[in-house]
Amino acid sequence: MKILTTVKRVTDPDMKVKLKSDGTGIVTDNVEYKMNSFDEYGVEEAIRLKDKHGGEVVVVSVGTSDSATQIRTALAMGADRGIIVETGANLDSDAVARLLAEVVQKEAPDIIIMGKQSVDSDRNQTGQLLAAYLDYPQATFAFSLEVADGWASVGREVDGGTSVKRVKLPAVITADLRLNEPRYASLPGIMKAKKKQLDTLTPDDLGVDVTERVKVLVYEAPDERKAGRIVASVDELITVLRNEAKAI
Amino acid sequence: MSNILVVAEHQNGKLRKVSLATVAFAKEAAKATGGQVYVALLGHNISGAVAEIATSGADKVFFEDSPVFATYLAETYTPAIVKIAQTSGSTLICGPSSTFGKDLLPRIAGKLNAGMVSDAIAVWNDGGLKFKRPLWAGNVITTVEVTTPSKVVTVRTTEFEALPESAPCPTEAVATGVTAVENAQFVSFDQVKSERPELTDAAVIVAGGRGLKSAENFGMVAELADLLRGAVGASRAAVDSGYAPNVWQIGQTGKVVAPDLYFAVAISGAIQHLAGMKGSKCIVAINKDAEAPIFQVADYGLVADAFQAVPELTQKLKAAGIGA
Ligand SMILES: Cc1cc2nc3c(=O)[nH]c(=O)nc-3n(C[C@H](O)[C@H](O)[C@H](O)COP(=O)(O)OP(=O)(O)OC[C@H]3O[C@@H](n4cnc5c(N)ncnc54)[C@H](O)[C@@H]3O)c2cc1C
Ligand SMILES: Nc1ncnc2c1ncn2[C@@H]1O[C@H](COP(=O)(O)O)[C@@H](O)[C@H]1O
Repeated sequence: MKILTTVKRVTDPDMKVKLKSDGTGIVTDNVEYKMNSFDEYGVEEAIRLKDKHGGEVVVVSVGTSDSATQIRTALAMGADRGIIVETGANLDSDAVARLLAEVVQKEAPDIIIMGKQSVDSDRNQTGQLLAAYLDYPQATFAFSLEVADGWASVGREVDGGTSVKRVKLPAVITADLRLNEPRYASLPGIMKAKKKQLDTLTPDDLGVDVTERVKVLVYEAPDERKAGRIVASVDELITVLRNEAKAI
Repeated sequence: MSNILVVAEHQNGKLRKVSLATVAFAKEAAKATGGQVYVALLGHNISGAVAEIATSGADKVFFEDSPVFATYLAETYTPAIVKIAQTSGSTLICGPSSTFGKDLLPRIAGKLNAGMVSDAIAVWNDGGLKFKRPLWAGNVITTVEVTTPSKVVTVRTTEFEALPESAPCPTEAVATGVTAVENAQFVSFDQVKSERPELTDAAVIVAGGRGLKSAENFGMVAELADLLRGAVGASRAAVDSGYAPNVWQIGQTGKVVAPDLYFAVAISGAIQHLAGMKGSKCIVAINKDAEAPIFQVADYGLVADAFQAVPELTQKLKAAGIGA
């Protein structure tokens, strides 16, 4: 089975972002970058599928040449080879999906496993857009995945509970938390990853115009909550909630 | 003329309130774009939901009541909504930022070649239609513009209040011609049964974290919630640890809520959690660690052992005749 999985290079999710004073973006000096958290789950699941069914795991990232670091991390976890679609352009999810659709046409994987959401841009679109462009079925927000007889059976986290959906392969799956526990790259894994194949493509190679359909005009900080105060006891809490906040 | 189409959501024929807030967003957008606000509702045995959404303030409801739509599949809903959007001349298509909307709307955007905005919190027109949306776990707000003729939006429904009930608007049964697909199947929906209000609708939420240490201990959080006729929420760590079901998760990657009153019990206040509840009117934090970051956003903080403070709070509220 050929499995294609995607990784995005994002700012460290535990870092507090700082904005540039002119509203054109975030401050990137001294910022750490990581693989998007949800993609760690996707890569892990791809490796587990391969361990079970045999085959190959191909990792794709779209971004600057720095994204090679995140691809190497996935290779060190156990993926087989990488493709970087190199561009310095500001990308919306739509451009990423159209680029990935071309990569999928070339690679013809049996299944595509992505993260459900980027933790920087918080868009939650790319997998669904890719499925639309390829006219593949989709199973988003996966917490479980079983593949048999050319179908994937996917447990999904949805409002109100959980649901199960079956999709015929090839299909797009997006990973939610609780799908698995991503492994750490081992030292031998890291050594091996250095020798694994990593190819570079460009949007021109793929014939895709990456001009944004959603243009960001201004970046700004949200209104901050003003700090409240500490109450000394449960009795005081009840008093302030009744008399001051009028919340109960 | 370009119109606006709201994709309404229901669960087994019962309209979800997020649909009403999405209509409120669409009415706001209509001030900026002109045009009519239409609703599309798909399902089977949905007359009740059709009647309810007809009083939401929309101009017209298009619905298809068919066994094909008895269960939700993005693969069948997408071509149907695309058809309704095209025949109704709608160029702005919006839905709630629920798991239903997040699954469906991007697929519609792909099929319409439309740029898509996730989690809109504001819409206006100043020489072009603009949207605001949060990102980086709510620590940044961007203003964005969509350059394609068709535009697709999911709406952060906590930011829009349902309009007062209006006289019913016209409703029209449509036949999109969409039939069952052979490459996707709905298998089951395992609903977490609850008498409590939905998290996204509740006026009061009592949320518990990893500090509660067990599913049984969530009982005291639930008891306080029930007294205040509220909903129960949880941090991701509490869900991951098996103390609470996934539907209770609040945060960047769970539900976004904005109740009048939010209790964070034994929750440290990671940015990913704050992203889901910072919009609450009044926040109370109960945590034994005075340094916990949750106190920086709380209106009232109580530094205490939750196992002692929460039962005491419930009992004293009862004694004071507050709550149910
Ligand atoms: C990609 C990604 C997405 C995420 N999405 C979410 C999300 O949507 N929602 C979310 O919540 N988190 C999310 N997280 C996780 C988040 O980073 C935190 O790990 C999580 O919120 C911590 O949960 P917690 O506060 O319950 O646990 P902890 O951080 O372990 O805090 C437990 C708290 O309980 C207190 N405590 C312990 N015992 C007691 C007691 N007896 N009485 C009173 N207080 C006590 C402690 O002082 C501590 O402050 C995400 C993380 C990532 C990487
Ligand atoms: N630049 C990118 N390169 C590779 N994968 C991406 C990129 N952007 C988004 N993705 C994938 O799409 C998922 C959802 O992203 P988003 O729609 O941006 O929230 C991510 O978890 C990734 O798996």
